[in-house]
Amino acid sequence: MKLKTIAIMLTLIGLTLHGQAAEKKPVLTLMTHDSFAVGKEVLAQFERQQGVTLKIIKSGDAGAVLNQAILSKANPLADVFYGVDNTFMSRALKAGIFMAYASPQLKRIPDDLKLDPGNRLLPVSYGDVCLNYDRKWFVDKGIEPPQDLDDLLKPAYKSLTVVQNPAISSPGMAFLLATVGRYGQSGYLNFWQQLRANDAYIANGWTDAYYGQFTRAKGGTRPIVVSYASSPSAEVFYSETKLDDAPTVAILAPQTAFRQIEFVGILKGTRQQELAAKLVDFMLDYSFQQDIPLHMWVFPANPTVPLPDVFIKYTRQADNPVMLTPEAIEAGREKWLEEWTETVLR
Amino acid sequence: MKQRSRYFLIIPPLIFMGLFYFYPLASIFSLSFAPQDNTPFKGVEKLFSSTYYVRVLWFTTWQAALSTLLTLVLALPVAFVFARYTFRGKDLLLSLTTIPFVLPTVVTAAAFSALLGRGGLVNTVLMQLFGLEQPVFRLEHTVWFFLMAHVFYNFTVVLRLVGGFWARLPGQVHDAARMLGATGRVVFLRVTLPLLAPAIMAASLLVFVFCFTSFGVVLILGGPRLATVEVEIFRQAVHLFNLPVAAALSLVQILFTFGLMVAYTRLERRTSVALLPEATPKRTALTLGPKDRLVINTCVCGMAVLLGAPLLALFIRSILTETGVGLTYYLALFENRAQSILYVAPAVAILNSIGFALAATLIALILGGLSSAFLAGAKARPAVLLDPILMLPLSTSAVTLGFGFVVALDEPPLNLRSSWVLPAIAHALVALPFVIRSVLPAWRSIPQSLREAAVMLGASPWRVWFAVDWPILRRALMVGAVFAFAISMGEFGATVFVARPQTPTLPLAIYRYLSHPGSLNYGQAMAMSCLLMLTTGIGFGLLEKLRPASGNF
Repeated sequence: MKLKTIAIMLTLIGLTLHGQAAEKKPVLTLMTHDSFAVGKEVLAQFERQQGVTLKIIKSGDAGAVLNQAILSKANPLADVFYGVDNTFMSRALKAGIFMAYASPQLKRIPDDLKLDPGNRLLPVSYGDVCLNYDRKWFVDKGIEPPQDLDDLLKPAYKSLTVVQNPAISSPGMAFLLATVGRYGQSGYLNFWQQLRANDAYIANGWTDAYYGQFTRAKGGTRPIVVSYASSPSAEVFYSETKLDDAPTVAILAPQTAFRQIEFVGILKGTRQQELAAKLVDFMLDYSFQQDIPLHMWVFPANPTVPLPDVFIKYTRQADNPVMLTPEAIEAGREKWLEEWTETVLR
Repeated sequence: MKQRSRYFLIIPPLIFMGLFYFYPLASIFSLSFAPQDNTPFKGVEKLFSSTYYVRVLWFTTWQAALSTLLTLVLALPVAFVFARYTFRGKDLLLSLTTIPFVLPTVVTAAAFSALLGRGGLVNTVLMQLFGLEQPVFRLEHTVWFFLMAHVFYNFTVVLRLVGGFWARLPGQVHDAARMLGATGRVVFLRVTLPLLAPAIMAASLLVFVFCFTSFGVVLILGGPRLATVEVEIFRQAVHLFNLPVAAALSLVQILFTFGLMVAYTRLERRTSVALLPEATPKRTALTLGPKDRLVINTCVCGMAVLLGAPLLALFIRSILTETGVGLTYYLALFENRAQSILYVAPAVAILNSIGFALAATLIALILGGLSSAFLAGAKARPAVLLDPILMLPLSTSAVTLGFGFVVALDEPPLNLRSSWVLPAIAHALVALPFVIRSVLPAWRSIPQSLREAAVMLGASPWRVWFAVDWPILRRALMVGAVFAFAISMGEFGATVFVARPQTPTLPLAIYRYLSHPGSLNYGQAMAMSCLLMLTTGIGFGLLEKLRPASGNF
C-alpha cells in the first residue's frame, strides 16, 4: 500500500517534469508582467515564421518585473521585455537596460504614444484608468450617476467610492496621477482630503476593490470604483448570461482618466539581437496588435487595426485624458506617495 | 553517534541554506548597501528621521503576539479533544483544518468579506431578521478582521504540533500523579502542561513568525492604515525601488526574529524532557459517556464555525450562479474563451501544483530530517546557533529573497533563475522550519536509555534506529510533510517574485481569473479555489496513508 502510494507520487513528479526536455530550436525569451496575454495562434505564427521557441517568463506585477530586469542587467533574464508603462518608463531608461531599435513598424504608430525619442522603448498598447460605476445601482436608487472627479466630493456620493492604495496598486497609482494632473501639485491633496472626508474606501488592490467592495461583487456596497475604460466590455465578454448592455459605465469626461501606455524593448546583453528585433516588429505588427484588446483589455497602439465588436460597442477612449511626462512622474512619485499617505491614511 | 561524525548530518542542509538563502540574501544586501554617488547606505537615514518605522515595528510585533495568543487559546482545547478521544470523522476533520493554510490571501479575504463584511451573509441576515438599517458588524479595516484570518490560517499549526505530541504523552505519568493524590487540575498544571511545553512553544514560534511577516491578509482585511514591516519592504522595494531602505528593513526583520529564535531555542532545550512516548497514541475507551460526547460536540461545532464557515462560503459562491445553483463556473474552467496562451486546463494546473509540492516536500523532509537528527543530539552551543539559522527563511521578506535570487543565481551552474526547480526550492526553504519544528520535539523526547537498552540487547546502530527512533519519528515527519505540502500548494514565500515559464499552478490560475472584470471570472476563481482545496485535501489523505494505520496525527 505504502509502496504503491510512493510509486504514484513519483509518477506524478515524473509526469510534471516531462516536457521540460529542451528542444533543438533556438529559444527566445520574453520577460513580462502577470497580466500579459495573447492568443495561442498568434504566438504559434511567430514561432513558425522565425523557427524559434518563444519562452515567456513572468514574475509579479509591472513594478516588480521591471525591478528584476534592472537588478539582472549584468546577466539579463530575457531577450525582450514587455510591460514598462509610462509611470515606470523613466526608471527603466535611467537604468539603461534597453537598447535602441527603430522598428520599421513604428511608422504605423501615432507620435503621441512614442514617449522615448531614442526608441529604446516602443509603444505597443495603451489604456485608460478611470472611474466605473454600477449602472443598475444608480437606476434603482434614483440617483444621478457621477460624471466627473469633482462629483465624488458631493454629499450625494458619500460612502460610495472605492479607490486603490497607490502605494501598492498600479491602477491606484494611475488614479493618483490623474488627480495630480487634473488639480496640479498644489491642489491634488485638497481633493484627497475632501474625498477622505466623503468616506471613500481605500482598498488594497484592484481585485480587493472590484471583487470585494464594488456593488457588482456579491456583498459589495459601493457603486463607484477605480478601474479601466475597458472594464464594461470585459463585463459583457465574461458575463454568465448574455447581456444586451454593459452593467457598468466608465467615466471618460475630460481630465478624469489617466492614460497608461505600455512599451516593449530589447534588453541589453541579449545574444540574439536579430531575433529579438523580429519579436518587437511582430508585437507592433497587425496580427499581434489585433489580438491585444480581447487578451489584455487595452487598445492597440496601431490605430488602423480593427477592434472586436465588444470593444466597439462598450468601450470608448477617454476624452483628453491626463498625461504626465515620465520624467515628471519619476521625479514626483515618492513625494506624492508620501503626501498622499500622510493626507489620506494618517 | 560520535559528536564529530554527527556534523556530517548538518552539511547538506547547510549547503542548501548557503546556496539558496545566504548567497542570494548577501548578494541583494551588498548591492543595496553599495555606495551610490559616493554615499553608502544612501537613503537609510530616512529610517531614523521619524518615529514611523518604530511604530510599524511595534504594530507588527503586537499583532503577531496577539494572533499567536488567540490561536493558542482557541486551538489548545481542540488539541486536547483530538489527543484524548477517538471519534468518527476525526481524520477528515484534521485534514480540513489544514486546508485554510493553502488558500491565497485574496481568496481568504474574499471568504471573510462574504461572511462578515458590510454586505456579507451574517449582516444581511441580521438586518433582515431584525429590520435594521445599518449592518451590525463593521469589521472591515479593523484589527479584528485580520486577527480572525490569522487564527483561521494558523489554527492547524497548533492543533497538529501540540495535539500530536499530546496524544503520545505516556499515560503512566498521569496515572502515577493521580495515585499520589493529585486532582485533575493539578495533574494538568504540574504534569501535562510542563511536558507539553516544548510542543506548545514550537507551535507558538511558528505562528508568531508567520504572522510577523504577514502581508496580504493584513493589507486587505486590516486596511491601508495598518502596515507591517513586510508591507513597508514591499512598498519600498517594488514601488519606490528604494533598495537601501528595503534591505535595511529586511535586516531589521531578520535580526528581530533571529533574536527571538535564539531565546526560544535556549528555552526549548531546557524544557525538553526525555520520556517514553507511546509509539502509538493511546486510545480512550470507545464507549463515550454523555460528558465526553458533549465535549467532542462542542469542539467540533466550534471548529465548524471558525474554520468551516469561510470554506463553506467559498464553496457556495462557486456553485451559486446568477441563474441559480449550478456548475456553470466549473464547466467554464474547461473552456478557453479567448483562445489565450494564458489559459490553463484545470488538470494541468493541478498537476503542476502537485509536482512542485511533491518536489518541495521531498527536499524539505530530507533536509529537515537531517537537521533534526543533528540538532537532537548536538551540544548546546552549535545547536543554539544553528537551530535559529535554519528557521530564518520563514522570517525573511519574500520580495527581498526573490530579488536576491534574481541577482545571485545568474551564472552556471547555478543559473536557476527561470528554471522550474527554483519555485520548488523556494517552497522548501519556507517548509524546512515547519519540518524541523514538527520533528525535533519528538526526537528529543526519546530517552537515551531506551537506545542504550537496545544496544545492550545486541542491536546494531541501524537496528536501534529502526526499532526505537523511527516508529516515533515517522509520525512527526508526516506532520512536517503535511505542512511542507500545504506551503507549496499555497505558493508561499518568494515564489511570487521568482520568474517562471509557463508552469501555472492553481493559486496562479486563481490570481489570473481575479485580475479581470466579469462575473464569470470571479466565479471561475471561486471554482478554482475549491479545486485547490479538494486537491490539497486528497494530497493530505494520500500523505496520511503513508503513516501507520493506528496513528491519529
